[in-house]
Amino acid sequence: MTTGTLLFFLVAAGVAVIIFRLLRSGRLREKYAGLWILVGTSIVALVIWPQMLESITGWLGVQVPSNLLFFLAIFLLLGVSLHLSLEISKLEDETRILAEEVAILRLEAEDRGGTGGSSQELNGA
Amino acid sequence: MRTNGRTLIIMPAWNESAVIGGTIQELRASWPEMDLLVVDDGSADGTADIARDAGAMVLRLPYNLGVGGAMRAGYKFALRHGYGRAIQVDADGQHDPVGIGLVLDGLEHSDISIGARFAEVGTYEVRGPRRWAMKVLAMVLSRIARTRLTDVTSGFRAANSRAIEQYSRYYPAEYLGDTLDSLIMAARSGLTVQQVAVRMRPRQGGTPSNNPARSAIYLFRSMFALLIALTRRRTVREG
Repeated sequence: MTTGTLLFFLVAAGVAVIIFRLLRSGRLREKYAGLWILVGTSIVALVIWPQMLESITGWLGVQVPSNLLFFLAIFLLLGVSLHLSLEISKLEDETRILAEEVAILRLEAEDRGGTGGSSQELNGA
Repeated sequence: MRTNGRTLIIMPAWNESAVIGGTIQELRASWPEMDLLVVDDGSADGTADIARDAGAMVLRLPYNLGVGGAMRAGYKFALRHGYGRAIQVDADGQHDPVGIGLVLDGLEHSDISIGARFAEVGTYEVRGPRRWAMKVLAMVLSRIARTRLTDVTSGFRAANSRAIEQYSRYYPAEYLGDTLDSLIMAARSGLTVQQVAVRMRPRQGGTPSNNPARSAIYLFRSMFALLIALTRRRTVREG
């Protein structure tokens, strides 16, 4: 095992350990962790068996192994950022609903408690 | 004597403390039988307190959601409290109280009634790319709604109970979503739309921008919003 390989192995193993610890402490939800554990372990696997990348490159008919690696990495990052955008949009929708609910409840609560004395009373449903 | 025919005036407001008090007083004097709901869209200048002191109910959003967000909250309130009609009025006083009666009358023949600025009443001048954008938008929406519409970005609009139900579910907070997208989706869900000519007063604060660059940006963004809204899947109406 060369020094370079050892370095990459340590980096990959470090990433895997960090992901695992984040998951255990509950700061990373499982639905995201699965993907990252998969990424971490495949990096470790590629460091240990670099021949694997070469054989996959051969099957797919790609000329240079590193090109395949870059292609996969970019594709993965693209997917992850798209996924994050979707999650943020969903969260914004959800917080918007909560904000509306809070505002309506507050008006109804103030009206019932009589604090501040709104001059129109609520009536109805 | 509150019946199911109760009418709610919904007024979205964001940092309108300078003008909102006068607008509310004028509305309450002109239409004392209607309930007035100000949706305070996260203002930092005491708009909510002024509105409350002026005698309106105030829905305080905890942070700024944009006009679309404020309006959906208002329509949700209208739906839950069983209002039969709701009308949206600007806080800056550019919507004449006389027009409220006219726009509400439009609901006798349709689910949504829009108070239009260009319908040969009053004066309102727009030029350049902004005008082209408005023309295209008006043309496309007229076809979708199967009626003649000239001012589709007008915020002066009334809704009956069917439209309140639709709006409380779908009123996007995105750019132009509050006017264009909500209207397109309502029309595509089978609600009928009608336009009423009203007089608009000049705004009490600020002027509509006629800067060419801004107008061009408006043109592109509005076309984009239109395209997205047209390709969206229609909302399903129950009942």
